[in-house]
Amino acid sequence: MKPVFRNLDDGPQVLIRFDGQEISLPEGANLAAALLAAGISRFRGTMVSGASRGPFCMMGACYDCLVELDGVTRQACQMRVEAGMDLRSGGADV
Amino acid sequence: MDADYAVIGGGVVGLSVAWGLMARGHRVAVIDGDDGTFRASRGNFGLIWVQSKGLKAPRYAKWTQGSAALWKDFAAELSDATGEALSLEQKGGWDFHLTEAALEAKAAQYQALSDALGGDYPFEVLGNNALRRKEPEVGPRVAGAILHHQDGHVNPLKFLRALSADLRKRGAMVFLNERISGVYHKDGFHLRCASGRQVHVGRVVLCAGLGAAELGPMFGFKAPVRPQRGQVLITEKLPKMLRRPSGIIRQVDEGGIQIGDSNEEVGYDDRTTTDVIAKIAARAVAVMPRLEKAQLVRSWGALRVMSPDGLPIYQKSETMPGAALVTCHSGITLAAAHARLIPKWLDGDSDAPDLEAFGEARFS
Amino acid sequence: MYDLLIIGAGPAGMAAASTAAQHGLTVAVLDEQPAPGGQIYRGITETGPRRAVILGTDYLEGAALAEGLAASRADVIQGAAVWDICTGIPFTVTYSCNGAPAHLNARALILATGALERPVPIPGWTLPGVMTAGAGQILLKASGVLPENAVLAGSGPLLYLLAVQMARAGMPPLALVETQSRADLLRALPKLPRALRGWRTLLKGMGLLAELRRHGIRRYQGAKDLAVEGRDQAEALSFSVGGTRHRIVAGTILLHQGVVPNTQITRALRLDHLWHAGQRAFLPQTDDWGETSQPFLFVAGDGAGISGAKAAASAGRLVVLQAAHRLGRIDSLLLEEESTTDFRALSAERSVRPFLEAAYPVPASILKPADTTIVCRCEEVTAGQIRGWARAGAMGPNQLKAFGRPGMGPCQGRYCGLTTTELLAEVHGTTPATVGLARLRAPLKPVTLGELAALHPKDD
Repeated sequence: MKPVFRNLDDGPQVLIRFDGQEISLPEGANLAAALLAAGISRFRGTMVSGASRGPFCMMGACYDCLVELDGVTRQACQMRVEAGMDLRSGGADV
Repeated sequence: MDADYAVIGGGVVGLSVAWGLMARGHRVAVIDGDDGTFRASRGNFGLIWVQSKGLKAPRYAKWTQGSAALWKDFAAELSDATGEALSLEQKGGWDFHLTEAALEAKAAQYQALSDALGGDYPFEVLGNNALRRKEPEVGPRVAGAILHHQDGHVNPLKFLRALSADLRKRGAMVFLNERISGVYHKDGFHLRCASGRQVHVGRVVLCAGLGAAELGPMFGFKAPVRPQRGQVLITEKLPKMLRRPSGIIRQVDEGGIQIGDSNEEVGYDDRTTTDVIAKIAARAVAVMPRLEKAQLVRSWGALRVMSPDGLPIYQKSETMPGAALVTCHSGITLAAAHARLIPKWLDGDSDAPDLEAFGEARFS
Repeated sequence: MYDLLIIGAGPAGMAAASTAAQHGLTVAVLDEQPAPGGQIYRGITETGPRRAVILGTDYLEGAALAEGLAASRADVIQGAAVWDICTGIPFTVTYSCNGAPAHLNARALILATGALERPVPIPGWTLPGVMTAGAGQILLKASGVLPENAVLAGSGPLLYLLAVQMARAGMPPLALVETQSRADLLRALPKLPRALRGWRTLLKGMGLLAELRRHGIRRYQGAKDLAVEGRDQAEALSFSVGGTRHRIVAGTILLHQGVVPNTQITRALRLDHLWHAGQRAFLPQTDDWGETSQPFLFVAGDGAGISGAKAAASAGRLVVLQAAHRLGRIDSLLLEEESTTDFRALSAERSVRPFLEAAYPVPASILKPADTTIVCRCEEVTAGQIRGWARAGAMGPNQLKAFGRPGMGPCQGRYCGLTTTELLAEVHGTTPATVGLARLRAPLKPVTLGELAALHPKDD
């Protein structure tokens, strides 16, 4: 079953890219939460085995929701959505 | 008698020697400390490194080269026995320099050493352009580098694990969480541990790293070793970006970029300090600008086991025959020699290496 | 140079900051999140009040604390990830904010870094779609995002609260799969009389259970052998109750086994720690006022031992009073006068804990998972590997790192440290207290080499 996250709020949306795919997300929203609500649950593959990972703790402690922005690995749960962000899933390609 | 030999110290040096002794058919007991013991073996950089060693002591350079040359066969045997891939690579290593002057000065030292060694010191000097063709991530601020073809690296933790596993498989006795509190020398050695344990062996090899400073005199050694702190950084795991290791930057087989290091005389303090790790990071970024974006995941401090001249100490006890001291700060590089050659020296074989130059007489 | 530096703007940190300002101390607060509140009052100044009906009145208590912080004149720096601390007088705290490093100095330091979810290592817990119950709450509080068709699994009152909040939002969970049993409750009963001092907490819990029933949310109790199924994504939770295997198809599984003190900083500073058998966790050793073995360094709130948000606010006020006293700003008379109420409140809040710890125990199979279960999420190390290395001579967590890397990834042992300690204790037949936890060092949070290098003087 695909996880489905629903957003209780409406707000102005902006376009970002995730692995080349254009996605509309609420501006200023928590990036990890917004990606989940947009139907993305796999944020990266691990460098150890390539296993899929997504947000786990949502508080900046687990380092599972890693994405890459401008060549830097970052925690999606500690970022806000900004128009034009060009994100790549973190870690290894499966 | 519990064993032919007791090896005091369960780090890379002790386990290499113990492994070599077992390979010769000896019964061996390894006596090791606890989880809080200072352990250079779990903090080291993982280089099998020839260049810059023994610039003023050709004997040491030659001993190091000898060990590096034995590594491939040693690692293969250990891997076959344990199924553990040690990620050994010996296809040369870098010494980066940010200024022409430093590069030239070092190259001159290498040439002098090469002459002393009869030309057996294969290195080449590369300017920035040539260097970047071989190592594309090197930045424009690097004047050049020396490539020494006998250098390499290994995963030191997997190596330690494989040694430990194979020793157990071969039936070594391993006593953990122990501290030697006394020795009685009659009909071999009766070692007393603080826990109350008694171990009776024929001979003793003291490989206790910094612990030798305290334990050495018990067996008639000076053991003038002191701690020297090195701080090391490691980044997140990254796709392969470095082809060869250098003395200060290498990419480990799991992907992290390991960056060293400092040389600090701060006693028994293995903490990290912000100013030193910042300096180490700045130097690494100067050499490889793309590292600027890499996330530093951990840093650590580890204590090198240093003798007054930086060279290993191999000494048989004069006052307590049957006891020997083996200590060095390059436990990984010298592991192959410690496994293959030191046991011959301990057993007094006729073809054992002559280690007199590494004895304690040089400290008198 | 500040009189006081507070790390964390949860209940303890917010209360500490406003109390400090009242006593004329100069204060800075460093907090990792974009707005104050900590995790318990996450989003309180932003989205919180709009969702009062869903989140409930307890949550709204955070608003007063946040107002106190705002009114305090403390320098509050949000989005600041602290990654190094040098002790001494003064303390120097290094942090990163918007990708740039900075230092602050202070005469006294208060750590109000709260709690982490206890790791819940069960098969499949690393799959996308598996999150902590705390994460579920954070999604709701900070982002107004909730999963549909989720299963809540584990144990503890937070599961009831989250289930009720989800139901109020119109997205009730499919089920609550709880590991505690009636036998656990019976064993906890002797601790109930003492817990009655915290009767308000107990009453709230009973209210939540009643509301759960009203919403018709299915509860399974005494569940064993929990496992998340799925290949690249959670697809179902399976478990056994009384010998019957159940399987609930769900894309989101929210796990919880209580929370444990976040000891990353106190351990990195090598302060003294104690093992708390009831909470099965390590706590920094502090005196009654929250001062650690390092003079002028205090811990307030759940970071000093789990006692909840109200206790944390009281502790935040108390540590500041003592810090002010130690800095010579208030005399003993005032100290005693100002602290009486909070000491009493703290004691009442703490009285309920032993009962809760006994009623919602962590199952042995989660403390010491089966061999094939991943323990260290970062390095993908299994319980079986850890047991094997322990038997191969790794006596403690520091040596274990050398054997197989558990705890060496970016989370730095936050979600495997306690499990690793339990496994080592099991193999070596000793106690977690004897085994201890692995040493930690800077950076407490990963930092780019560029940021770190920027701290090095240019001309060197």
